[in-house]
Amino acid sequence: MYDPTVARLTYRGLLGRRRAVILGALPVLLIVISLAVRGFSGADDQVAADVLGGFALATMVPVIGVIAGTGAIGPEIDDGSVVYLLSKPVKRPAIIFTKLIVAIAVTMVFSAVPTLVAGLILNGNGQQVAVAYTVAALVASIAYAAVFLFLGTVTRHAVVFGLVYALVWEALFGSLVEGARTLSVQQWALAVAQKVAGGDLVTSDVGLPTAVILLAAVTAGATWYAGQKLRRLTLAGEE
Amino acid sequence: MSTLSIDHVSRWFGNVVAVNDITMTIGPGVTGLLGPNGAGKSTLINMMGGFLAPSTGTVTLDGQPVWGNEQIYRHIGIVPEREAMYDFLTGREFVLANAELHGLGEKEAQRALATVEMEYAQDRKVATYSKGMRQRVKMASALVHEPSLLLLDEPFNGMDPRQRMQLMDLLRRMGDEGRTVLFSSHILEEVEQLASHIEVIVAGRHAASGDFRRIRRLMTDRPHRYLVRSSDDRALAAALIADPSTAGIEVDVTEGALHIQAVDFGRFTALLPRVARDHGIRLLTVSPSDESLESVFSYLVAA
Repeated sequence: MYDPTVARLTYRGLLGRRRAVILGALPVLLIVISLAVRGFSGADDQVAADVLGGFALATMVPVIGVIAGTGAIGPEIDDGSVVYLLSKPVKRPAIIFTKLIVAIAVTMVFSAVPTLVAGLILNGNGQQVAVAYTVAALVASIAYAAVFLFLGTVTRHAVVFGLVYALVWEALFGSLVEGARTLSVQQWALAVAQKVAGGDLVTSDVGLPTAVILLAAVTAGATWYAGQKLRRLTLAGEE
Repeated sequence: MSTLSIDHVSRWFGNVVAVNDITMTIGPGVTGLLGPNGAGKSTLINMMGGFLAPSTGTVTLDGQPVWGNEQIYRHIGIVPEREAMYDFLTGREFVLANAELHGLGEKEAQRALATVEMEYAQDRKVATYSKGMRQRVKMASALVHEPSLLLLDEPFNGMDPRQRMQLMDLLRRMGDEGRTVLFSSHILEEVEQLASHIEVIVAGRHAASGDFRRIRRLMTDRPHRYLVRSSDDRALAAALIADPSTAGIEVDVTEGALHIQAVDFGRFTALLPRVARDHGIRLLTVSPSDESLESVFSYLVAA
């Protein structure tokens, strides 16, 4: 299923100069914030959890997911260069699967790794906060990459929709509307993190079984549908 | 040797019919798909290349369906019209990636680059290439697996005359090797110079098929224009206009010639020398003034 050539093209496209700068900016910001917080208020488990939950998991991970997920396929469909992948004896679900792996890997590297580093800076992994949020970031990376990769196959405006989902739905509605929280990748990831941390610093509105089922379902569904979408992708049109 | 069969294919987008019940067979050699912009050429090529499902009808390559069959690409090479092609790679990396996706490697990529004479710039980034260089690298990527069918969408767009000639030579060579080469164009000279066989698409319909002369002959019910110079233009004009095979004659005083519009091709070609002899007029020049593809085409479009 995994095609190394598709992966190489996707990596090089994703980590091109401009996108790499955007991907790198948020993690750098997180580290800077963590250093500042630690410097001003010292090691504090609650503050660490607030920074990692409020900025790393709520903002950074979904935004990185949007950039990596949509960027893994959207630009190629947009400019038509995907034709060079599609006009090959390579199964289209394999193309999607490979791009998903790449998007997940990039999202993890640019979100989970800085989350761990920030956590260690903030309170040296006291009460397992750093590890718990890193696990949450890893789990969320998978679901975000899949969802935003799928978005990249259905709309030219995947980045906009992705950011709206990540920032408006997850951040805003999630805090206002009860039901929205159940349908939030962030909350599902937190459910897993809660299990890891054990204490009451990390909490989720969703139970662990529900979270795991929804995570798996969304990831699998988005990937399957993206594969179908690519099989039916038409590059036509009188321009 | 491959044959591409298009069988009663139609494609519509909403209420707009882009391709209307087209049936054609494309065999080995170079075929030109000719039509004005918006005639449905791209839609048809996209269906031939498996990037668009026909609304009705089938496209098959040697009996294998093209749509939804990625294995067919072992036999098809595609040169898309659009420019984008992983600009962050070098030409060599790009062609190699295309080779790898076919399960091939460095050797085949290098051979394809040699075929299009792009070895000298293969280590430059695609982003730095001129239009013609891009086109050649696109060709290399399409040839890397030695396909039996080569589809090119408007390959000469934006090329300078020298690049155009090089590409024409290459395509001619491909056709001579027994490959089935189909290219689309809205520029008549290109098709006339290159294609041994022409398919004309006008407003989504298959307007004509055959070689250039055959298509012209299909048009015999249309007026033909001739430029005639003779020892006595006015006498000749008077004698010719009496016959129902002519529809109009203009005496061009500045040119010193007659512009004759004939409506009955066969009858007129027999009439002209007879009338000239009977009246003792010497014919100095008789040339069809619209035997170019351009005029064939404009008739078809007007029809």
